Amino acid sequence: MEGRWVASSEDTIAAISTALGEGGIGIVRVSGPHAFEIASKVFRDPSGKRRRSLRPWGLRYGVVVDPNTGEVIDEALASAMPAPHSFTREDVVEFSCHGGVGPLSRVLDVVLKCGARLAQPGEFTRRAFLSGRIDLAQAEAVIEIIRARTDSARRLALANLRGELSSSVASIREDVVALLAHLEAVVDFPEDDVEELGRAAVASAAREGVARLRGLAARTRRGRVYREGVSVAIVGRPNVGKSSLLNALLGRARAIVTDVPGTTRDAVEDWTSMRGVPVRLVDTAGLRHTDDPVERMGVDRALEHLTDADLVIIVIDGSEPLQEDDVRALGLAGERGEKGCVVALNKSDLECKVSESDIAQLARGMPIVRVSAKCGTGIADIEEAVARLAVGAVAGVSEGTVMATARQQEALERAAAALEDAASAVDQGAPVDLAAIDVREALFWLDQVTGRSASDDVLDKIFSEFCVGK
Amino acid sequence: MSWRKGVLAEVKEREADVIVVGGGHAGCEAALACARMGAGVLLLTLGWDAVAAMPCNPSIGGPGKAQLVREIDALGGEMGRNIDATYLQMRLLNTGKGPAVRSLRAQADKTAYAERMREVLRREPNLSVEVAHVVGIEVGADGAVSGVVTRERGLLRAAAVIIATGTYLGGTVHVGERSWSSGPQGQPSAQELGRALAALGLRLARFKTGTSPRVRRDSVDVAKMQEQHGEVLPFGFSFDTEGTRPDQELCWLTYTTPRTHEIIRANLGRAPLYTGAITGRGPRYCPSIETKVVQFPARERHQVFLEPETRDGDVMYLGGLSTSLPADVQEEMVHSVPGLEEAEILRPGYAIEYDCLVPTELLPSLETKKISGLFAAGQINGTSGYEEAASQGLMAGINAVLKIRGKEPLVLERSEAYIGVLIDDLVTKGTCEPYRMMTSRAEYRLTLRQDNADLRLTEKGHQVGLVPEERYERFLARRRMIEDEMKRLGRTVVPGDARTARLLAAIGTAPLQSETSLADLLARPEVSYDRLAAVDEGRPALPQDVVQVVEIELKYAGYIRKQKAQIERARRLEARLLPPDTDYRMIAGLSREAVEKLSEIRPRSIGQAARISGVSPADIMALLVYVESGRRRATIGGLRGA
Repeated sequence: MEGRWVASSEDTIAAISTALGEGGIGIVRVSGPHAFEIASKVFRDPSGKRRRSLRPWGLRYGVVVDPNTGEVIDEALASAMPAPHSFTREDVVEFSCHGGVGPLSRVLDVVLKCGARLAQPGEFTRRAFLSGRIDLAQAEAVIEIIRARTDSARRLALANLRGELSSSVASIREDVVALLAHLEAVVDFPEDDVEELGRAAVASAAREGVARLRGLAARTRRGRVYREGVSVAIVGRPNVGKSSLLNALLGRARAIVTDVPGTTRDAVEDWTSMRGVPVRLVDTAGLRHTDDPVERMGVDRALEHLTDADLVIIVIDGSEPLQEDDVRALGLAGERGEKGCVVALNKSDLECKVSESDIAQLARGMPIVRVSAKCGTGIADIEEAVARLAVGAVAGVSEGTVMATARQQEALERAAAALEDAASAVDQGAPVDLAAIDVREALFWLDQVTGRSASDDVLDKIFSEFCVGK
Repeated sequence: MSWRKGVLAEVKEREADVIVVGGGHAGCEAALACARMGAGVLLLTLGWDAVAAMPCNPSIGGPGKAQLVREIDALGGEMGRNIDATYLQMRLLNTGKGPAVRSLRAQADKTAYAERMREVLRREPNLSVEVAHVVGIEVGADGAVSGVVTRERGLLRAAAVIIATGTYLGGTVHVGERSWSSGPQGQPSAQELGRALAALGLRLARFKTGTSPRVRRDSVDVAKMQEQHGEVLPFGFSFDTEGTRPDQELCWLTYTTPRTHEIIRANLGRAPLYTGAITGRGPRYCPSIETKVVQFPARERHQVFLEPETRDGDVMYLGGLSTSLPADVQEEMVHSVPGLEEAEILRPGYAIEYDCLVPTELLPSLETKKISGLFAAGQINGTSGYEEAASQGLMAGINAVLKIRGKEPLVLERSEAYIGVLIDDLVTKGTCEPYRMMTSRAEYRLTLRQDNADLRLTEKGHQVGLVPEERYERFLARRRMIEDEMKRLGRTVVPGDARTARLLAAIGTAPLQSETSLADLLARPEVSYDRLAAVDEGRPALPQDVVQVVEIELKYAGYIRKQKAQIERARRLEARLLPPDTDYRMIAGLSREAVEKLSEIRPRSIGQAARISGVSPADIMALLVYVESGRRRATIGGLRGA
């Protein structure tokens, strides 16, 4: 958490709390001790003449006016949520207005003129977190919702808000606490009848935890793909239809398409969604040998994208025999190692001049999709292939995909690594107190995921499970 | 009534610097520490028999506790030397479970232990012992302590007072349906002092503990039990001790039977723990036999240890049979245990309820927050155990003298001593049961071992004046030997040739790919320092205790590094200090519970705040924001000022 922001409930804050430019409805949220007072100044009945009182927990229809001029700014539904039963545990008023940047900004403006301060990014969530309304994992999930780029991501973030990450971690944590309690009981009560866990049992319990954590980490990695999206570079020799494919995938003309090879000299990029995965599509200059310095720069960029992008679509013109530049592009794609690549055999509306076996051999296992950017056939197949590669085995929001922040993801992986260390230490004959250090470390990282502080859980477990003490 | 009229008279005339109330393990260490630091000390006790007594099991050490004793010794305390001179049996527990948890445990000759300690007190210049009932604490107009009021001699003045009254405050003993006001072992209880402490605004809690029946040695048939032998070891508790004595006494192990459990179940209606007669909270790690039988009904038997209380006496302690059942039930129960069929009970087990201070009333120096100069140590602070008491006594003694001299208190970190863990736990979290040390309470236990306690603490003991020069020199020599040997092993390289491969095969480890240092070889699980001798030709002759530290430090270097990283990680929060005058009500974002707890505990740092129960991560965030914004305001102010 940054230190810039000082908690002070004296302030009333306001902001547009839906992502700008998305959806037909936008919400201006006001939170703090003066929220109701501000609302009484700006919210009027539909005629704009009389003040409109708010009903707690109910929606009221009316208009937002500029109290200084009496000008009606927008129609709005207003809802009031008195403290502490609101998201921030403060008095909250929300104005649901017509979406679009213009009207929303003006509604926000009058609210600010009436005494609210513009909220800093994430400040509502911080207030909710600091008031104890939500735990750290939930707070981070709310920020995800605000940032969520597509519906799938939003759905996953909602699941996390309900505590899916927290509850998955809690269940793993319980097993880790039990293992640690057993190790500690053996150490602290050497003369009591505490059954010593054999090496094999300790190692297998630790590995069980590793497997569960890795499973959860994989689900959160998938979640991260949904939240952060992937970059996809469209690469190929000139005039195979890269820009047409970009436009077809975006569903609109974004790139200039001409018959003149080499029209795209700089990378053109835009966001779209494929099966719920946010995708940043990058159109690149055609790969070929050239002496034109300007085109040369474009080609160099294209080569960089070919290496760095999360995924690559290699476009081949199926209506012409394979050329040297095609083979070279496929070769470079093959060097990307584990990073995925899809081969788009374009211009499927024309007669195919490329042999199936040639292309299969060059593609070395990459999925090959026949597509016509011009007619729009095969576009869905490309999206499916890209999403599959992005998410791993399953495209679409698979069951159990969990959203996590980079911090949480790292903590999960560190917890798994610590348990793995415990298991291998025991395998190599390390004594139990060393294994306990690793298990304790795992517990520390698990608690970092949910922001829960370590407590006397282990001792409580010892005394409830083992009959110890002379 | 005093031991040394002459010296006592001197102390009385110029009034004591420090008065210590109570002569148990905490009181003895406190008084000795003050006297050895040069302060004039008066130790008040209810009776001679209570000085350095062991009213429960006659043993010292065990996991977590052995480390405490070693730390006391490293700082210049007495307990380690005292037990080394008076034990009946010594064992090293947890040898196979790892370097950090190896723990010495001694059976004490409790009479010899107390006698030697009294002799040490007697020989200490600056220290007098007097039998007196303390009935009040005198506080001056400035709100600081100025002395104690005794029944015998009225007001006795002192600049600092250390309360170490153990389980005597408001003590009530229970045996079955009977209960009466008493201290442990039939000593009188202290009734007025508890009221006096409460009148000063100090909060008290009521705890319970208990002990086992004692039986006559001659009436026991040990042939039906397993013998438990002592061990010959190259060290004792004190760093001054060369090794254990060969003539050690035996202990025995037997088990309860289904019949024992039947007897207990049939008489739960007469057990004060189950009738509601006892309200004080007892320790979970030291349950009575009736509690064990009720809570773990599936267990077919429980261990019973027979431990002689003295070398030549006829009293045996029945470890594992702590109880407050009626005396007749105890008799029946004891007789149902193999080997104890004919046992003659010399004294029945009993439960004792007593008042103790809520330890969050204390600062990390063990001074009370409310009364300047008033310190508390030992069982009165909610702990249990002789070692825990002695540790606190030592620290309270050191800090009382430092306080009188206007110096900063000595506060040990959790990462440097079990004593630090003990006191931090008490003053930060409080305790809802009598607190006992366990290795699992120490998050950094791999660095808090019994073998390196002197490396961690002797420097500090020397600085406060408790470790004499001659001993300090010995410590420096030992430290130098350890450092030199570690360097030598890191430097000395063995070649990857055929001869070395043969030697390595002989000690059961794989050949080398290339030349390797002895330190790296030692890190292999199957290689010990002893076995490494085969390939270590220039090895110097070193004492066993030096070898032990070297071996552990090198063998577990990877883990020790890991632990140091953890310590560093935690230290960042420990370094974020909270000003003592912080008004928590003014910090936005804190929960009401957090405001209450933080205002009460007044943690020194955000790290300490994070350990307070009821302070959530969200509260810590709010504190971080507060501290950070304060720092920035200060910086901006400073810039403007410039």
